[in-house]
Amino acid sequence: MIAFILRRLIQSVVVMLAVALIAFTMFRFIGDPVNSMLPENATVQDRQKLRDRLGLNETVSVQFARFVSGAVQGEFGISYRNKRPVSDMIAERLPATLELVFAAAIFSLLLGVPMGIYTALHPKGIISNFLNVASLIGISVPTFVTGILLILVFSVWLNWLPSFGRGDTVQIGWWSTGFLTLSGIKSLVLPAVMLGLFQVTLIMRLVRAEMMEVLRSDFIRFARARGLTNRAVHFGHALGNTLMPVITIVGLQLGSMIAFAIITETVFQWPGMGLLFIQAVTFADIPVMSAYLVLVALVFVVINMIVDLLYFAIDPRLSAQS
Amino acid sequence: MALDAHPKPRLKAFVQSDLFYSFRTSYVTVAATLVALFIIAAAFLAPWIAPHNPFDVSTLSLWDSELPPAWAEDGDPRFLLGTDNQGRDVLSAILYGSRISLAVGFVSVALAMAIGIVVGLISGYFGGAIDAFFMRIADVMLSFPTILVALLVSGIVRGILPREMHDNAALVVLVFAITITTWVQYARTVRSSTMVERSREYVYAAQLVGRRPFAILFSHILPNVMGPVLVIATINLAMAILIEATLSFLGVGMPPTNPSLGTLIRVGNEYLFSGIWWVVIFPSLTLVTLVLAVNLLGDWLRDALNPKLR
Repeated sequence: MIAFILRRLIQSVVVMLAVALIAFTMFRFIGDPVNSMLPENATVQDRQKLRDRLGLNETVSVQFARFVSGAVQGEFGISYRNKRPVSDMIAERLPATLELVFAAAIFSLLLGVPMGIYTALHPKGIISNFLNVASLIGISVPTFVTGILLILVFSVWLNWLPSFGRGDTVQIGWWSTGFLTLSGIKSLVLPAVMLGLFQVTLIMRLVRAEMMEVLRSDFIRFARARGLTNRAVHFGHALGNTLMPVITIVGLQLGSMIAFAIITETVFQWPGMGLLFIQAVTFADIPVMSAYLVLVALVFVVINMIVDLLYFAIDPRLSAQS
Repeated sequence: MALDAHPKPRLKAFVQSDLFYSFRTSYVTVAATLVALFIIAAAFLAPWIAPHNPFDVSTLSLWDSELPPAWAEDGDPRFLLGTDNQGRDVLSAILYGSRISLAVGFVSVALAMAIGIVVGLISGYFGGAIDAFFMRIADVMLSFPTILVALLVSGIVRGILPREMHDNAALVVLVFAITITTWVQYARTVRSSTMVERSREYVYAAQLVGRRPFAILFSHILPNVMGPVLVIATINLAMAILIEATLSFLGVGMPPTNPSLGTLIRVGNEYLFSGIWWVVIFPSLTLVTLVLAVNLLGDWLRDALNPKLR
């Protein structure tokens, strides 16, 4: 058990080092940080001084070691564009993105799981056919078009919900939350729906496939033979066995939702990390880009590791093998 | 294999094939194909059929700006789908925009397919260190969402290029980003089929007669692994168009001076609140229709070429 955890940890560290190397290469070799940070009329002495301060005169391996130790402590240098420490900018934006992703994940589970169960239990029904066609169309509509349609209907025509920003936020320590004010929650609805809709399709298809598979298995037939009601069979026996893989996939999907939040945040001008990243890409602000890359990779690696460890804890066959 | 005494003409053989039968009997697929062909033809013929030239500033007049579609009140029959804030005809802008979207889609799919096939064939046939090298790259790329990788690649290229060149090089940067992001899928598929084909008798026979490895790869193995590649290419055409539209929408794709469908939606989105919905809705509809049609075609092709479902 401990050997497995250790091996998994070392693997994750290797992956993170590889990502850090990419981020460092971007940071060090794309564009000249000295040119980006100094005004155009800077003297040669100024340049030399800045090079010394940034440590650009050291060997590349020393610089990489310094980059990694900085990254571990959450230091990614100074943004070329805003002249502020990247770590501060990300810390400000992080709560907005996490709250958005959290709300979207809850929304997609609440809608996707019941739809999946329904289509699995009534595969030939009219509603099921409708949901299947809708999910095919749903995959083909780009998320930003969904967002624009939501804004057009609910903000421009009906004027029910705000279409940009987070509304009023409450500061708790360094975390700013929009969950505690009415305008914060109202502002969250449309972005969360846009980000969650794509996942709804995914979860629905997954739950349907898993559930239909489980319903064909022997223990279900046995439960029916015992004379249990449909309700007890479907919800007492089948559902629990369906949800295991669903929860894993949703966990893995959280990482890509943080990435897809880039699009949602652009459409709704949501002040999160994605908006920061897209501005960094537009202005080739390399320190911000490399920090975002390292952070997103970290989220992916940690989620993957937790999922693997959970499997190990849940499935006794894995620990028996080792 | 015995030679056919009376080889059928190609067209006739195609019309009588199982594939065409399965196509002909699926109405949804026929409809999707017609829609896709219609949009592609309209986009290709844009310079000849577009009612206005959206790039010719001298024909624009601010008197004509923000006109609603022709069938609405205050509509002008000269502008079927209305005009934007500079008096540009929305229909013409869509025709020219689809041209760019489709060009980026087709070119990047062709490039990604070529790279993926070559890498996949070599990896699958030779194995060893080359294989391990390419497959580790593939592992890393596939574990991140495509759109994130594409954004990152275009961000890096933008960092390398001087700022003045961003607008002119936008098309090349987009094609490059999409190609770099999507070749992996072809490489994976071709590699696994090649590993199966490698130990077939016809390959041994070719090796025995002394054909060189690359001749075996491209003239013997390649034709036998093309089926799945075509399916991926069709589905990836839809995906490439979507990635292009998303990048342009996010402002790191085509510039407003040379707009693709994504750029048109981005620009139109800024005027959503002044109530001129047609500037954003019609390009969006075109994009969705095009992607849906290509996706339906890809779905059908996947099922039709899948031997398990026949």
